[in-house]
This record gives sequence, C-alpha cells and structure tokens, in this order.
Amino acid sequence: MARERFPITLEGHGSGHGFDDERVLVALERAQGFGQLKNMPRRLPVGCRRGGCGVCRVRVTGGDYRADLMSRAHVSAEDEAAGIVLACCIYPQSELYLRLEPIAVKEKGQKAVKTD
Amino acid sequence: MAVSGVLRPGHVALRVLDLDAAIHHYTKVLGLIETARDDKTKRVFLKAWDDFDHHSVVLREADNSGMDYMGWKVESPAVLKKLAADVKNSGLCTDFEWIAAGEHPNTGERFRFTVPTGHSMELFAEKDYVGNGCGTNGPDINPDPWPDGLQGIAPSNFDHCLLYGDDLDGVVKLFRDVLGFGLAEQVMAGPDGELMIGAFLSCSNKAHDIAFIRQPVKNKLHHASFLLGSWEQVLRAGDILSRTKTSIDIGPTRHGITRGETIYFFDPSGNRNEVFSGGYAYYPDKRTVTWTESELGAAIFYHDRKLNEAFLSVFT
Repeated sequence: MARERFPITLEGHGSGHGFDDERVLVALERAQGFGQLKNMPRRLPVGCRRGGCGVCRVRVTGGDYRADLMSRAHVSAEDEAAGIVLACCIYPQSELYLRLEPIAVKEKGQKAVKTD
Repeated sequence: MAVSGVLRPGHVALRVLDLDAAIHHYTKVLGLIETARDDKTKRVFLKAWDDFDHHSVVLREADNSGMDYMGWKVESPAVLKKLAADVKNSGLCTDFEWIAAGEHPNTGERFRFTVPTGHSMELFAEKDYVGNGCGTNGPDINPDPWPDGLQGIAPSNFDHCLLYGDDLDGVVKLFRDVLGFGLAEQVMAGPDGELMIGAFLSCSNKAHDIAFIRQPVKNKLHHASFLLGSWEQVLRAGDILSRTKTSIDIGPTRHGITRGETIYFFDPSGNRNEVFSGGYAYYPDKRTVTWTESELGAAIFYHDRKLNEAFLSVFT
C-alpha cells in the first residue's frame, strides 16, 4: 500500500509534508532543510528523536496521529491527553497542526560556560 | 598489581521505555550479547564480547529514560569494605545501601550510594568470570582474536559514561580523593578560567573511565560508551546505524578531549550511546590535560570546532 502523505503545519513558522509511517520530527527536519520553516527563535529543537530527552515537545492543535511510548519525565499522561507530545514519537494520520511547547528545555543546557 | 582499588566500570543500568525495542537495539544494532533475563523485574543483562565478567549493561523497562546507576568493580571484598567505609566517611555522599548478592545475577553484594551530582554509583568485588568465547582449546587457551557470531557494531567492551550534574567540584573530589581516580583531562571556563566545567577521570590505564560535565541538573546521563578497535570500525558503525535508521547524533568525527574517534547515536528510548576508538594510555604520574573555554568547540568536536546544540541540551 502506498504511503499516505499529509501536510504538517508548525504554527507561526510554516508547513512541510510527512508520511503516515514517519516521525513528525523527521518530517519537520526535512522541512527545515528545504527552507519551509521561517522565523524560528532557534533551530528546530531536535534531540534524541526517540522519546527520551523531551526537547521536541509540541502541542497538537489539530489533526490525527498515532504515538509511540514517550518518557513520562517530559510528557505526563495528562499532557498526552491534552495533545502535548514529543514530535519525534508521533506519526501523522491526517493533516496536522502543531505548536512548539518547549517547557522541558527551559532549565536545560547552555549554561555550562556561564559563571553567573 | 598495577591497577588497584577501583579496577573499572563494571556495569551501567539504563531505563528504557520498551524492553523489546531496547533488546533489539542493544543486541542486533549495537551488538552486545544477552547473558540473563529477569522477567519479574523486567530487566535484561548483557555484555560486550570481550567483557569477561557476566554482564556490563542492564536494561530495565520503565516509563522514563535515563541511567539507574553505574557499578564499579573493585579488586577484592576487603577493598570493597574499605572503600564503602571511606565513601560513608567522606561526607560527600548520601543514600548508602548494601544490595544483597544475587540481586544482579552472578554478582556478589554491591554497595550503593548517591554522589554529589545526584547519580547512583555502586561498588562490588565479585561477578562471575564468563570469558570472551575466543578460546580454541578451552576458555582462554590458544584464543582466536575475536569470536564467531557477532552481530551489528559489536564493540569489544563497555568503556565509560559521561554524566551531567551540578556539583562537579564535589564529585571530582570524591572520585579523586576517596576512590583514587586520576584527572586525565579538564575543561576550564569562567572569567579567570578557574571554573572547572568538565572532568575526565581515570581509575586505570584508559584516558577516561567516567566523565562529568557541570550542568544545572541532577542525575542525568549524557552517554554510555563502548570501545571499538579502529577508526575504520567507527565508520562501519556509522554505516550500520544509517542502514538500521538509528537516530544518529553526530559523527563519525574526533574528540579533542582524549583524542578518541567517535560516533554518537540514540537507543530507542533516547538514551545516547557512543562507540569510539583511539585515545591514549593514562598513568597516575601523567599530568592533567587542560582545555580552555576558547577551544571548547575543538575539545568536544575536533573537526567542526564548535558544539552542536544537542551536545549540551540533550540528555536523559
């Protein structure tokens, strides 16, 4: 059966396309490579791509998807019920609308060389 | 004996989200060998082919990723008792616990404690010797250079971990002054270059047996690392990782620190793995190598000469 291909929109930044058996984050990485994502505050947050590190946390604001297991350290059961997921662990089953929800990275990283 | 006290990293215990997916990755892609399974605690025990003790990696199914603990083989039961007392008396550690023999299969009692960066560490003296399967006329008699039946990348040994935590000064003091490690390399930053932000510590002849990076977090795993024999094997690892669509972080490339040739990738639960080759022989009388803030990029990735964003911000 042919792979189904769906538009994926990252609110405020642009759209790309993903396949029904492809991690949404990987589709967004390709969209970024094609220059389809604009006005990003920083690069698309890509970490482990396997549900462990939490940096690609997004809120799905529209559309259907299926999901792999994700670390509960970054996505609680309540989060998941509210559509907050890790983009690396979901697969589009329709057109999708996403919003970056990067609370998990707030206290992470980038401080190793600051001394304040 | 030349290497005494703490001999080497004996095991690392990792939490994984899906045990079957993890077993596939660690046996078929990374190429470790399963040596035991405990269905009751959802744990699997594995070793790299040249690890001669019963196991060096423990996978436990959980609802989040990361490291449960790392265990260190010490030279004897007497040294285990002495070091346990030294750790208790150091004032640097908390949460002391003796784990009964047999809780890990084929393993003696373990002394567990929490270090200043929040990580759980263990010391143990006894784990059954199972050898590397290379002997042709009995175990360790007239051995071949490597065994038949290896799969995937097939590193020879579990080698070290890099961990992230806040109290770098405390943990370096513990490993140097109490556990007898040497400081092979350090990364210094800050206005006067006097703030240590990275420490690469050796209890043996290796350039590092454990490393810590100062980050405002507790008890985080950056990577668990496994040893390969050559740069060509690191390149072959990259081929296997791409062919199996494993999530690659960076590499193949070289570290300035320790001079290792490396590739980083992620297991199916997002725990970072490394396979590497190279480095140098460390001795206790070798002077510490220092990296300064301006050369931090080359220290971490010698060819790119800059940190990728994920190096500091992505961990489990």
